[in-house]
Amino acid sequence: MKFPYSDTVLEHFRHPRNVGKIDNADGKATEGSPACGDMVSVYIKVDPDKNILSDIKFESYGCASNIATGSIITELAKGKTLDEAKRITWKDASQALGGLPKIKAHCSVLAVEGLRSAIENYEERHGLVKERKPTTVETVRNRLKKVMNPISGLDLVRTNMVRDIGIQDGNVRVVVDLPANHQFAAAIKEEIKEKIETLWDVKQLVIEFTE
Amino acid sequence: MSARRIYLDNAATTRMDEQVLEAMKPYFFDIYAVATSEFAYTQGIEAREALDEAREGLARFLNANPEEFIFTSGSTESSNIALKGVALALGNKKGKHIIVSKIEDFPVLHSARALEREGFTITYLDVDSEGLVNIDRLKDHISDETILVSIQHANQEIGTVQDIAGIGRVCREKNVLFHTDATHTFTRLPIDVEKVPVDLITVSAHTIHGPKGVGGLYIRKGTQIAKWMDGGFQEFNLRAGLENISGAIGFAKAVELVTPTENEWLRTMRDRAIDRILAEIPDTTLNGHRTRRLPQNVNITFHFIEGESITLHLDMHGFAVSTGSACFSRSLEGSHVIYGIGGDHERAHGSIRITLGRYNTMEEVDAVVQTLAEVTQELRNISPLGKESR
Repeated sequence: MKFPYSDTVLEHFRHPRNVGKIDNADGKATEGSPACGDMVSVYIKVDPDKNILSDIKFESYGCASNIATGSIITELAKGKTLDEAKRITWKDASQALGGLPKIKAHCSVLAVEGLRSAIENYEERHGLVKERKPTTVETVRNRLKKVMNPISGLDLVRTNMVRDIGIQDGNVRVVVDLPANHQFAAAIKEEIKEKIETLWDVKQLVIEFTE
Repeated sequence: MSARRIYLDNAATTRMDEQVLEAMKPYFFDIYAVATSEFAYTQGIEAREALDEAREGLARFLNANPEEFIFTSGSTESSNIALKGVALALGNKKGKHIIVSKIEDFPVLHSARALEREGFTITYLDVDSEGLVNIDRLKDHISDETILVSIQHANQEIGTVQDIAGIGRVCREKNVLFHTDATHTFTRLPIDVEKVPVDLITVSAHTIHGPKGVGGLYIRKGTQIAKWMDGGFQEFNLRAGLENISGAIGFAKAVELVTPTENEWLRTMRDRAIDRILAEIPDTTLNGHRTRRLPQNVNITFHFIEGESITLHLDMHGFAVSTGSACFSRSLEGSHVIYGIGGDHERAHGSIRITLGRYNTMEEVDAVVQTLAEVTQELRNISPLGKESR
């Protein structure tokens, strides 16, 4: 019998490491969405003197690759400096797991993004954000890739639901190809706000729906 | 890994019964000739008689005439013949409108989509939260252009059984042909074409412990349907191709082996599984109708966790089940049936289907419920969701 998963993936899936929440976490992030696809939450504790991740935990609402990647990422990141941890890629996680099926990349990449976002969350909270790049259409599009379309569980960009993105003097306009009265319109709007409004130079966000 | 393997995915396909194989054997080694006319050689005549007999057995089960039943390669082909054959026969004569339900299985749904690309208009009829078609609404959608209504007898995933007698009466009244995909109900629920005004019925052998690669289509006498598979004159000149006689014999034997007692027993095991899961495992929702339901179908959403994780854990414990989660499918699309009953991605994400068959026991039902309780607890411990409600 042959699963598409390596023994290491199955081992981490059956016995995930560092599961749970950290109370009073120094940084935390959730990638994905409960209304749609897989979801991962990452919590970190930072030793400010050494600038290292002293503790890390994760939770997963997802498939085997999602759980296994969440688990391996905590092992890879623990004890690393923030910069080292931020540089951990999906490829690193995949290699440490002995390979992941390509089709499952989008479920497993969430954990890697979760780790990065949790560190960014820590840095934002502690005024440690170094470089402030101006927000571009590409930045917005990348963030929208993390907003799920609850109808299919795939992201807005992949399901061609982003009709238009406009940016002018900190004013961002996003046009979503969905009727405003659609049952998921409100949820999608909330999620877009969450992802875009936190960008440092965004003053106003307008989300429009098509008919 | 556990050595014992317990198969609970009987809607996907079933283990063949040994008695079916025994019935089929002579038609591989002794009577392997093509079914000839009665004026040819002995082997061919024997083959012809065997095929006729198998056909009679299947027709009898539907209370139909043997000439109204053709053998096919399975339910996919049967539904293709029904939709495309009617479309070819009536599209230019009567109209180009076809009605199907939103939760049909792929053979019907994708045949409808293929016809849509050819210029037909398709109405994808909504179902309610339990999966039932509203007959009044169906009535409203039927126009002078409508040539066919195709609504399944029972759903492949959530097991909801439609009122095909009621649907058939509306179609008859409006003079529209009615096809039903009975892949999952055939022999499990009665269907009598004398009582139910249905014109076309798709059936299959592999779902009832028969061989794979053989199915059938009931075609009521007088139904306007075009030949779709061209070639010879087999199957009353409606479906060309060398007859699969061993398959037809196996199909007839499989039908003969199903008993009312077995169906009652499946229902008992089903009810036990549903009742125990809903009572013993928190945050669970039954998908489909509680009573208007296939005797062998259980489909439940376990909230806050994902289906592929559940099936993988169950597999490690030796159980084979299926899920409507997007993660489980090759296309990464969640179940169109769960969406069809108004469920969102979350409902599909954690849905598990257990389908029972002849070789399952009550011990296995209890064992899978027990394992589900453990596995879902484990996964919920990992999940960031639902902690507030527990």
